[in-house]
Amino acid sequence: MISDRRKFILGSARAVGLMALGGLVWSAYIDEATASKLLLRPPGALSENDFLKTCIKCGMCVEACPYETLVLATPGDNKPLGTPFFEPRKVPCYMCPDIPCVPVCPSGALDIKSVSKNDKLDIDMAKMGLAVIDAKNCIAFWGIQCDACYRACPLLDKAIYLEYSKNERTGKHAFLKPVVDSDFCTGCGLCERACVTKKAAIFVLPREIALGEVGGHYVKGWEKADESQVDSSKSQITTTKISKEKPVDSLNDMKGLLDD
Amino acid sequence: MTKFLFKHRFLIARRIIQISLMLLYVGGNIWGWMILQGNLSASLFLKAIPLSDPFAALQMFFAGAVISANIIVGAFIVTLFYFAVGGRVFCSWVCPVNIITDMANYLRRKLGLNQIEKKQPASRNMRYYVLVLSLILSYIFGVTAFELVSPISVTHRGIIFGLGFGWAMMLVIFLFDLLILKNGWCGYICPLGGFYSVVGKFSLIRVNHDEPKCTVCMKCKEVCPESQVLWMVGKQSLQVLSGECTNCGRCVEVCDDDALNFSLRTQIGDKK
Repeated sequence: MISDRRKFILGSARAVGLMALGGLVWSAYIDEATASKLLLRPPGALSENDFLKTCIKCGMCVEACPYETLVLATPGDNKPLGTPFFEPRKVPCYMCPDIPCVPVCPSGALDIKSVSKNDKLDIDMAKMGLAVIDAKNCIAFWGIQCDACYRACPLLDKAIYLEYSKNERTGKHAFLKPVVDSDFCTGCGLCERACVTKKAAIFVLPREIALGEVGGHYVKGWEKADESQVDSSKSQITTTKISKEKPVDSLNDMKGLLDD
Repeated sequence: MTKFLFKHRFLIARRIIQISLMLLYVGGNIWGWMILQGNLSASLFLKAIPLSDPFAALQMFFAGAVISANIIVGAFIVTLFYFAVGGRVFCSWVCPVNIITDMANYLRRKLGLNQIEKKQPASRNMRYYVLVLSLILSYIFGVTAFELVSPISVTHRGIIFGLGFGWAMMLVIFLFDLLILKNGWCGYICPLGGFYSVVGKFSLIRVNHDEPKCTVCMKCKEVCPESQVLWMVGKQSLQVLSGECTNCGRCVEVCDDDALNFSLRTQIGDKK
């Protein structure tokens, strides 16, 4: 006889089994989809982890973008589905002064405060990524005068400046090497778009990937602001007890050797 | 012709609403219309009223996000609306996936697949398990778990912003509903449907069954995507009170005996 109890137990076991199976596949997918950190978010985006929590994927930033820079990830992009991103080599961020994409965000995943200065929108505050130069494939480092990225940069001479040095190979020319200053670079990607090489030799990476981190134990003593870190710290004098025995005595110390 | 239109009046109304909503969103994206901006996850109505998916907001809450006032107000408005008219009105009158699954269901009927396999080997409670699972996974991974895989979002986002490989997902749902499980996605799995079943449990607009008029032809049960809610047909004069009823009106239009009609709710709990 098949009792209701047996049916119930089978039903419950089935439900648990299906939940476990579904959960496993589902979490594997989530893990995979959120593993890709190589994508550039719109200006003012929260850190990637908070962004994935907060973005409701409504696409209003995409609608607001006048240059069609921003797109929503679709299946096949290998990016978290429905979240906005941009690829500067295709369409860079043109850094609109009124930043139309940020105030329309209903969820706060794009944070107005992070792109405001004195309560006014300031796109120069944006930190979408950081331009990185592949010096081996940048023709300016070969000695050819290029400066395409330098001229494309909206923060010219701040985010990208040129470093002049003598070209020892020819003896009479100068290198005009582009250098990126991460304090100013917004990651808009206009340089990547402008780069003349076949595959861009300057490209934008997410800041968490492109930047190193010194750690708190290095302090620039020559910078007042950095030096202030140690203002509140107190010095402490420690003394180590010095043994009264002579060093030579340790050689004659037979203790522990002849005991047995 | 008039008879055909009358017999499909709710179907036509639903398609008009579904398609015009999508059109308004597409217009918002492409031509800059200001009527509905965004998509079904979150949108701005007439440049002023925020609307947002309460289930997405719930996942955000479980993921540990700081939920903005905008989203809370939007989710509240949407919840209130569906609380009044029937939660799963979203499913049959708004959701674009409904068009796909209705098509699969229609084909199933025409091809006689329902006769081959009369009983569906699955439990409709599965969607509540998926609902709970999506909240658990949102909590564990700190992301909105269902929103990352949702075919509903893929479809409406695809229509509004570009589809990518999203068509594959739509095809899979179509084939699943056609060949594997009758009404499989909407009626068994979709956690958003489950969520709205709960939201619309006490909604005002309900289908009413007038038992003396019923000739027990069972056409209503044949077309109903949630046929378990019509358990009273031919038995008792009762309102369809289950939250799982999508208020699609298919049973109302298919009934030749005027035994099923929309009505205002008159009682609180389902007797079954």
